[in-house]
Amino acid sequence: MKVLIAKPGLDGHDRGAKVVAQALRDAGLEVVYTGLKRTPQEIVQEAIQEDVDVVGLSILSGAHLLLTRRVIEGLRAAGADDIDVVVGGTIPPRDIAALKDVGASAVFPMGTALSDVVAGFQTQTRPRGGHDA
Amino acid sequence: MRDVKLHAGIPVKPVYGPEDLAGRDVEADVGRPGEYPFTRGIHPAMYRERLWTMRQYIGFGTPAETNGRFKYLMAHGQDALNVAFDLPTQLGLDSDDPRAEGEVGRVGMAVDTLADMEEAFAGIPLDRVSVSLTINGMAAPITAMYYAVAERQGAPAERVVTTPQNDILKEFVARGTWVYPVEPSLRLVADLIEFSARHYPRSNPVSVCGYHIREAGCTTAQEMAYGLCIAAAYVELMLARGMAVDDFAPRLSFNFTCWGKIFEEVAKFRAGRRLYARMMRERFGAANPKSWMFRSLIGGGGSAFTAQEPENNIVRGAYIALAAALSGAQTMALPTYDEAYTIPSAKAQLIALRTMQICAEESGAADTADPLGGSYYVEALTNAMEERIVAEMTAVERMGGIVEAVKTGAIQAEVARQAYLYEQALATGAVPKVAMNCHVGDGASESERELELYAFDAKVADAQLARLARVRRERDGRAVTAALRRLTEEARGSTNLMPAILECVKAYATLGEINRAMKDVFGEHKEPVKF
Repeated sequence: MKVLIAKPGLDGHDRGAKVVAQALRDAGLEVVYTGLKRTPQEIVQEAIQEDVDVVGLSILSGAHLLLTRRVIEGLRAAGADDIDVVVGGTIPPRDIAALKDVGASAVFPMGTALSDVVAGFQTQTRPRGGHDA
Repeated sequence: MRDVKLHAGIPVKPVYGPEDLAGRDVEADVGRPGEYPFTRGIHPAMYRERLWTMRQYIGFGTPAETNGRFKYLMAHGQDALNVAFDLPTQLGLDSDDPRAEGEVGRVGMAVDTLADMEEAFAGIPLDRVSVSLTINGMAAPITAMYYAVAERQGAPAERVVTTPQNDILKEFVARGTWVYPVEPSLRLVADLIEFSARHYPRSNPVSVCGYHIREAGCTTAQEMAYGLCIAAAYVELMLARGMAVDDFAPRLSFNFTCWGKIFEEVAKFRAGRRLYARMMRERFGAANPKSWMFRSLIGGGGSAFTAQEPENNIVRGAYIALAAALSGAQTMALPTYDEAYTIPSAKAQLIALRTMQICAEESGAADTADPLGGSYYVEALTNAMEERIVAEMTAVERMGGIVEAVKTGAIQAEVARQAYLYEQALATGAVPKVAMNCHVGDGASESERELELYAFDAKVADAQLARLARVRRERDGRAVTAALRRLTEEARGSTNLMPAILECVKAYATLGEINRAMKDVFGEHKEPVKF
């Protein structure tokens, strides 16, 4: 299982991204981290290049709806919509449903236990090209 | 009996007594408030002479909206401002830059040109109000705009009191609003310090931050250690320019966080003041007592708050305010109880301000200087904290010094490692958090409940874009081009860039244009990605 932890947009807060990356690595997943301030297009390219199963977006700037939509649209346009997208960060409760509407398969707002985040990734992650893809 | 260990790794005994201070020269270590080495605070009578400044971090939307919120808080007794800028501004992107989409006015005020800063401070007399500018990568141009606004208001330069954060080293470690590579970024920090020291004697041209590094995950001792290493790096930078230490050191200031573990925080600040005083006097040879003083904003840390049962954060904020007061803060700010969800609502900001006011007026914490001084526990803990801080500073030296550690990413990796350790301590309950990992109530129903949250208005961006277009249309294009060309040319050399930046600003060049003029010469920072 391979995941890309990504920081889209201009937000410079990477504590959560790096903590989740370490926890996923300890849980036995292969983890790639983009570093800060990547554009949605750069994230789409890296996800495809690295052939990941899941992209985890970490957004604390409030711009999560737009950035998540851009990444999901980019993956679709590139024919890579079998890559799941999950989102974590500073996300008010009212936006969780909206993120799922644009195609996020899981949302981890502030306050989500780390073990729940890891479990959330593991349930998203499924063999590529499998029956349910 | 259960073991107690502080975030800095210091074990806590169930009781302390005179034996814990045996062998120490208490008079030399502790002394009196207002006297070297300032363990007990930098002023002889502390808050009896002057209360801490209350400075909530504010800014959102357009400059006009932010101006309104400034005036609202000032009407409720806040006596100084701390400006939040949106991310495009912090990174030198104009509001109409494609990369700014969705971020304009979101986490702070949008600033494209001098016209925005004029509007933000309209009706706020800059010769009387002190203003912190939370700006780093773009500190030089934004502070230039501030100086230009003050000048146009008729405020004499010697009465302008502003504190641009201007601490780029910590941006590379945490927070991430770097733009240029490390060396040219340091040049801009030094240019602003030097220019301000010469022309704006009451401005504090850098605020050295441990705050964001701790909020990113490091321990209390590391926060102080890294902050002191960064301060020393800036001092060396200015000395290398030929400035005398006492020409700029009295205006160096600090910005540190504070959580609700009261005695650990108090010990951190008491030890930090002592170490800074000794470093400035003994290592750098400063002779002016003001150069020895660790003057700090103590801002409560949002990382100490929880998303669960957010109203409990109001109580946490009160303990943080008490800890900051007992730590000898010059300036105080508090996070708001709704931080886990979005930027603060007006109501949450007012509660934070009221919390500091209640601490100041009702708690008695401001009645006497360093009320915890002489406590066996606090003095022993201060000594233990000092040892830990020194050990962490030595660890930075082993990484090749703070500048090298930032370039290689060694320090970023250590902060991330500590963040993960802390998260694991939360998961096991080793660090207790009420309603999160102990005394957990009906969490589901709590999280269902809607708070009264700040709602971002997407129309903000439209207004800002229209404003920017108007300024571009109405300005003298030839003056802008000439000023930008001068800036690029001077960036290739080694002169202080502030006069050239001021010329650009006054010609209404945009922040994005000024940024590009320098980026053409400096290039962009490549982040060492490690976790």
